[in-house]
Order: sequence, then structure tokens, then C-alpha cells
Amino acid sequence: MSFLIEAGIKVTFAFVFLLLTVLALVWVERKFVSDLQNRIGPDRAGPWGILQTLADGLKAFFKESITPSRAEVGLYIAAPIVSMVLAFLMFLVIPIGAPIEINGNVYTLQVMDLNVGVLYILAISSVAVYAITLAGWSSGSKYPMLGSVRASAQMISYEAVMGLALVPVVMFTGTMSLSAIVEAQQGTFGGFIPAWNVVLLPSFVIFLIAGFAETNRAPFDLVEAEQELVGGFHTEYSGMRFALFFLAEYINVFNIAALTTTLFLGGWAGPVFGPTVLQWILPTFWFLLKTWLIVLFFVWVRASLPRMRYDQLMNFGWKKLIPLSLVWIIFTAIALGFRKFGAPWV
Amino acid sequence: MAEMIVFIIFAAVALIGAISMVAASNPVYSVIGLLATMFAIAVLYLMLDAHFVAAIQVIIYAGAVMTLFLFVIMLIGVDTSDVYGAQTLRQRVMTGIVALTFFASIALAGRTVWITGSDAFGKPNLNGTAEAVAGELFGTWTIVFLSTVMLLTIAAVGTIALAYFPQDGTQDEVPR
Repeated sequence: MSFLIEAGIKVTFAFVFLLLTVLALVWVERKFVSDLQNRIGPDRAGPWGILQTLADGLKAFFKESITPSRAEVGLYIAAPIVSMVLAFLMFLVIPIGAPIEINGNVYTLQVMDLNVGVLYILAISSVAVYAITLAGWSSGSKYPMLGSVRASAQMISYEAVMGLALVPVVMFTGTMSLSAIVEAQQGTFGGFIPAWNVVLLPSFVIFLIAGFAETNRAPFDLVEAEQELVGGFHTEYSGMRFALFFLAEYINVFNIAALTTTLFLGGWAGPVFGPTVLQWILPTFWFLLKTWLIVLFFVWVRASLPRMRYDQLMNFGWKKLIPLSLVWIIFTAIALGFRKFGAPWV
Repeated sequence: MAEMIVFIIFAAVALIGAISMVAASNPVYSVIGLLATMFAIAVLYLMLDAHFVAAIQVIIYAGAVMTLFLFVIMLIGVDTSDVYGAQTLRQRVMTGIVALTFFASIALAGRTVWITGSDAFGKPNLNGTAEAVAGELFGTWTIVFLSTVMLLTIAAVGTIALAYFPQDGTQDEVPR
């Protein structure tokens, strides 16, 4: 029974945490992009426009949810919900802080610790394409349809890239559990360089690029290319249903940033000192700091790079990233083999 | 008891999904039916402590294969006014025979005692973890595993060869 209560608390907390994160994330993105583009950005609602997202959310809540007459109603309504649920599910396996020990009971700051955590991530992100595909199809309209066909092709391609980028991490740490991967990144090389998986630099770069494509963000936002497809898969959506898609997209951005932190940047690893309370809070602080830096990197890239052409996107994925990651996997395997068994000529 | 309830729910979902896949008039709903079946089967794997197989089931079948189906269906275009041809007498007789064979085999199989569950073979509860599966694949069954790899690679290369170089001697320009 206590297990159920703990799980309930964790899930509720994760939900609230993600919603608040999205509120902050949208505001940070708009402010940061407007700074980069020499604009002012939102500055009316609240100090520095910090309440702008909340106001937009409230507005979406009260707007009419239009259903096109040619839509397949059931799927049309289900698609945004599925999209949101999958984005939420992805977050559940990410450890956001060091385990906390209170009165001899150890509480992990992670909703669930799966021994196939990495595969779970891949499974969720491979299913996420259905929400977009079905949203586009069930709208019964041309532009959403084109957007969703693009989306499925793009997400399948970069799904493979992402999976291959994760293989060296699993080989290097020897585990698929995300909390164990973070544990494996504790400590330092030579006393001062953190022992993070970022030493697998090609994997790190490839994973980040695949992350851009998986979240359908610039420079890979062909799925919702405004100039060509009006709004892509969500053209026909309005009101709260559109807001759900929007929410899911931003949760996914945060998820990818948090995953990058967990897999490559040591997760919650960082200097911990001071009284007990500070020791509980500091790991989470390091985790959030790293994650938000990655998020800012996402925003920076969005403001800097133009959108790729569709054939460039496909060529880049299949002819450059996949061969590169395969070569890197073989190289990592050979290096790890040397480390474990020694050189064959010795 | 809880396990029984979960099993009944997901077994029912798997069956309903399978039936709706065959019965749906719109191919997109067929895909969704099959998708539900895949997920339900993944849950059944989880109940047998086969975590790795469950994850792979979702990644490969739900994530890759079904997405491909959906992609092809949407690319070809879904015509909701598609009328399926009326069944002929021959088809009905054949269907009857197949159904009879199927139910007869179920009835026969039901007479045997089937041992299931993670500790049916007296092994520890590790059967489904990635480490255990890897140990079996790369330890006990290395040759078989590598043969499968060869087979699939040859099949893929063969498919590409057949598609690019037609048998009648005319060779299309290889698309880039």
C-alpha cells in the first residue's frame, strides 16, 4: 500500500513539475529568441511578461474546439491526448536528483527505475509518431495530411539514429537503467575532470541532432513548416486540443534535454556540500542547471539555423548520421574490448 | 489475484484488437486494432517478467512495423467508400474449414497442461532481463543468432538487388 501512495505522490509531483516547467520554458524561449532577434518579446503580462504563457493557456482553455466536418471524430479527439500522455510517460524514468534517505528509508527522485530504461525511452519515442500521424490523417484536410506523412518519415529515420547513438552509452556503462547510468558517471578522471559520458562525444552530438528531429524543432521542423503547410499536422486544431499538442511539444523538448543530461552530462552529478538539506537539494539543482543549459541551446539553434530541405533532411539522417554512428559503435566496441581483454598481440 | 485481473483485461484487449483489425472497413482502424493487440501482448510479456522482450515488442512492432503500415496506407490514400467484393460460396466454404480447423486445434491444445510463468522451469526471475537474453543469444545460441543475422542481411540485399536490377536484362538507372 505504501508503494501505491509513494507512486501516487511521485506521479502527481511529476505532472505539476512538468506543467510548471512548460510555463517557464515557453516564456524563456520567447524571451531568448526575441533577444537574439533584437526584439522585445512578451512584456505585458506580469513582470518581464512572465505570466504571458499562463494568459495564453487560459485563452486556449476558453476558445472553441473546432471539429472539421470531414474529420474522423474519435481519432481527431484522441490524438492530442495521446501526444500529451506519451510526452508525460517519457519523463517518468528520468532521475531528477540523488536518492534521499529519510529515517533509513531511501526515496529515489524518479517515478520508476526500469532495468530496460533506455529501451523504454526508445519505445515511447517510437510510439509518439502515432499521435502526429493520426492527428494529420483524422483532420481530413490536405496540409495536416502532408505534415503527418512528413512526420512519420522523419521520425522513423531519426528514431534509428537516436537508437544507434544510445548503443555506445549502454556499452560503456554496461547498464540500461537510467539511474545506474547516472551512478556510473560519478567520480572524476585525474581528480578534476568529471567522469561524464560526454567522452563519447560523437554519440553526444548525434543524440542531440536526433533530439532536434524527434521533437520536430528547427532546423528539422518540416512537420509544421509554416510557409509550406500552414501549420502542419495541427492546422485544424484549435482551443485546448491545440494547447495539448503545444504542451506535448515543449514537454518533449524538456525531456530530450533531461535525457541528454542524464545520459551524457552526468545527470545529477556535481559538487555536494553543506548541511543535509543542502545535500538533498544540490543534486537536483545541478540536474536542472544542466538541463536548462541544453534547453537554451535548443532555443539558440532554433533562432540561428534555417530549416533544412526535405531531401537534405533524409540524406543527412540516412547517409551521414547512421553510417557515422555505426562506425562509432564499432570503434567503441573495439576500444572497450581492448580495455577489458587487453590488446590481442600482447 | 491482481495478476489475474490484469491478464484478463489485456487478453481481452488483445482479442478485441485482433478482431477489430479484421473487421474494420477502414484500413487505418485496422492498423489501430493491431496496434492495441501489440501493446496488450507487450503487457502480457511484462507479466511473464520478460521486460526486454516487452520493450522490443513495442519498439519493433508498435514503433517500426505498424508505423510503416500506417505510412503506406496513408501514402496510397484511404478511400472510405472502398467497397469490398461480395463473398462467393467458395470463399465461405473455405472460411468455414479454416475456422473449424482453428477451433479444433484450440480444443486439442486445451487438453494439454501448459506450464507458464517465470519460474515454471525452476530458474530465477531473471529470464527476461537484457543481460539474461544477451547471455543466451551470444552465449548458448551464438551460431543460430549469427545465422539469422546472415539470413536477414542476405534477404535485404536480395530485395534491393531484385528491385534495382530487373530480370529482363534492361537495367534502370540506379536511383540515388
